[in-house]
Amino acid sequence: MTATSEELKKDEAASVEAVSSQTEEGSGAGDDKPARPEASKRYKLSELTPFSDIISEISGETINNCYQCKKCSNGCPITYAMDIQPHQVIKMIQLGMEKEVLTSKTIWLCAACETCGTRCPNEIKLADMMDALRQRAEKSGYSVGSKRASVFHRAFLSSVEKYGRVYELGMMREFTLKAGGVIGKVFDGTLIKDAKLGLTMKKKGKLPLTADKIKGTGEVKEIFKNSQKKG
Amino acid sequence: MKVSYYPGCSLHGTGLEYGESTEAVCRTLGAELVEVDDWNCCGASSAHSANKKLAVSLAARNLILAKKSGLKDMVVPCSACFQRTKVAQYELKEHPEMFPEVRYDGGVNVKDLLSFINEDVGIESIKGKIKKKLTGLKAVCYYGCLTMRHPSVTEAKEYENPKGMDMLLSELGADVIPWSYKTDCCGGSLVLTNTEIVLDLTEKLFDKALEVGAECLVTVCPLCQGNLDQRQSDVSSRSGRNYDLPVFYFTELMGLAMGEKDVEKWLNRHFIDPVKLLRSKRLI
Repeated sequence: MTATSEELKKDEAASVEAVSSQTEEGSGAGDDKPARPEASKRYKLSELTPFSDIISEISGETINNCYQCKKCSNGCPITYAMDIQPHQVIKMIQLGMEKEVLTSKTIWLCAACETCGTRCPNEIKLADMMDALRQRAEKSGYSVGSKRASVFHRAFLSSVEKYGRVYELGMMREFTLKAGGVIGKVFDGTLIKDAKLGLTMKKKGKLPLTADKIKGTGEVKEIFKNSQKKG
Repeated sequence: MKVSYYPGCSLHGTGLEYGESTEAVCRTLGAELVEVDDWNCCGASSAHSANKKLAVSLAARNLILAKKSGLKDMVVPCSACFQRTKVAQYELKEHPEMFPEVRYDGGVNVKDLLSFINEDVGIESIKGKIKKKLTGLKAVCYYGCLTMRHPSVTEAKEYENPKGMDMLLSELGADVIPWSYKTDCCGGSLVLTNTEIVLDLTEKLFDKALEVGAECLVTVCPLCQGNLDQRQSDVSSRSGRNYDLPVFYFTELMGLAMGEKDVEKWLNRHFIDPVKLLRSKRLI
């Protein structure tokens, strides 16, 4: 989602606080003691808070409760396609391996089927954790592990924001154009295949040609706006 | 019996026949569905990936609208919409401080369609409406993920081995075959971003259904039905096997047994033709 100039500002504010507290601590230190971290370094909130705390806060899940029983990975239907297994994602969060996790494909491949969370003996809802990681990845500045998934969610939500409901045809058009590789899709035949599927859907009455716009689009826009504020 | 009805985007589009068959069988059973006025998309499957507050607030607007109607229950046929609406209720109850702008104070009872039909309409009223038993139709019931999980949210009791649809279809006379893949994932919305994964997962479901001798699958979810039906020819051409397994909504089979007049219109919206199978069983 839109990254949050607000959050960046908060990070800035936090970084100032961090600097001042460093200075205070540093002032009492004698010359014979080892040097404290440089007072001039500006810390960001995200550098001072363990990664697992950040993800726990966004997701509402206690990530540190995991004791690596691997039930999540054993039940997951998509592990075969993932670059990091779900139980490994948790361990890596605990270890603070932020970049590795946020740039992984796994967080975008999770289908949120919730088999993992349902079976977790420590009641960690991993699907909520994956949501938190996607949100963090979008804001992180790292290259996103799956551009297609990220573009899809944006196209979907922009349709909802505009009309209050999903306008499939418009959403698909935006997704196809922005996901990239259109030229490749022309050559490997997948564009024609998608178009054929769309035509059959239309013939069967399943693909309305116009958007089903609601009366309360103003309220929906307000919801989108408010969602950027911190709760 | 009068209840609020939230069709969601799918039942107006890709899952049109689910909406049509739901409305028809409920009418016959005397359950009046009052569509939530000016409902919005619940946000599935994207809002929760982007922003929890957005996901909860979008679904909450529909709850607020349903409450205005004065009806106690809201029936949601689409599994994804059902789950997102239940998540909103759960989050607003557990963490109200996170959603200061949401003015919903509870009072709407959200039900998935299958539970509504089994528990509120009741099997006895359905028995009285059966005109044609579905004798000889070998089916597996496929519940998918989102009416079941996470059980703390959906309040599903038999989330590993649900039986509601099995019981209902058995009452309709179908030959319901037990199998172990009732709640395995079809890949859901990955169909647009990672189509190959959906083809892998659905291929396994087709194989397992055939292994137990099923001739069709029956679903409660428009995302599952879409993935299993619309992409089946891709699975067939990829694997070199011609699967040809019709994928019904359970409401279509209810309509067939109850003698609804529009059954063939619904079935003609499918990609894998179910009429051929039903003719061979003399059900159409």
